[in-house]
Amino acid sequence: MRVVVQEAPFDFGGEAEAFAKGAAGAGAVVTFTGLVREADGGAMAVMEIEHYPGMTQKALEKIATEAIRRWQLTDALVIHRYGRLAPGDQIMMVATAARHRVAAFEAAEYLMDYLKSRAPFWKKEVLADGAAEWVAAKDVDEDALSRW
Amino acid sequence: MDVLYFAWVRERIGLPKERVETSAATVAELVEELKAREERYAAAFADLSALRVALDQDLAEFDSPLAGVREVAFFPPMTGG
Repeated sequence: MRVVVQEAPFDFGGEAEAFAKGAAGAGAVVTFTGLVREADGGAMAVMEIEHYPGMTQKALEKIATEAIRRWQLTDALVIHRYGRLAPGDQIMMVATAARHRVAAFEAAEYLMDYLKSRAPFWKKEVLADGAAEWVAAKDVDEDALSRW
Repeated sequence: MDVLYFAWVRERIGLPKERVETSAATVAELVEELKAREERYAAAFADLSALRVALDQDLAEFDSPLAGVREVAFFPPMTGG
């Protein structure tokens, strides 16, 4: 398991390749990458991502450990960025490795659902004219946890 | 104990972290003490359903006890991913 919280961009292709090469004994690797989505109206200049440094690593490791346990993953990777990002930038990625693909897909979805609502990150959209707004948590994201 | 604020809670209160001397037994009691201080605290804590709390970097509830806790953090629902 590897959990990384960083400000710098990551190399999605390189990370995915290295993860797959290291997944000995697995029959399936699933990867997911989240991008900074353009805000409704299309005027967003920057997305600022704040986090809770003392808690973030711990919270992510707890989520990844639970995914590994429940789906008997052979490995899991979580990378999540913070700081100032532009539309189209890669915010985060997860990768899961398992004996079979159903487990790898489900575990990746589980990781994503929990990262959204249980990892201490907060997004703020800054528009080109300088106006800024915190992104509100969605009920649908909270509800998604109940399926696990 | 150290009290930390994040996102709009930090902006509304006007600081990211402060040292608080308190004898509050629970998070809810601490919140009442903070609200009584100044209007900016009362505004930030007006609707507890819009807030989450962590004790020593683990998510907790507003009725959780504060005994032995060194760090309390208040923030809005998280928006990771």
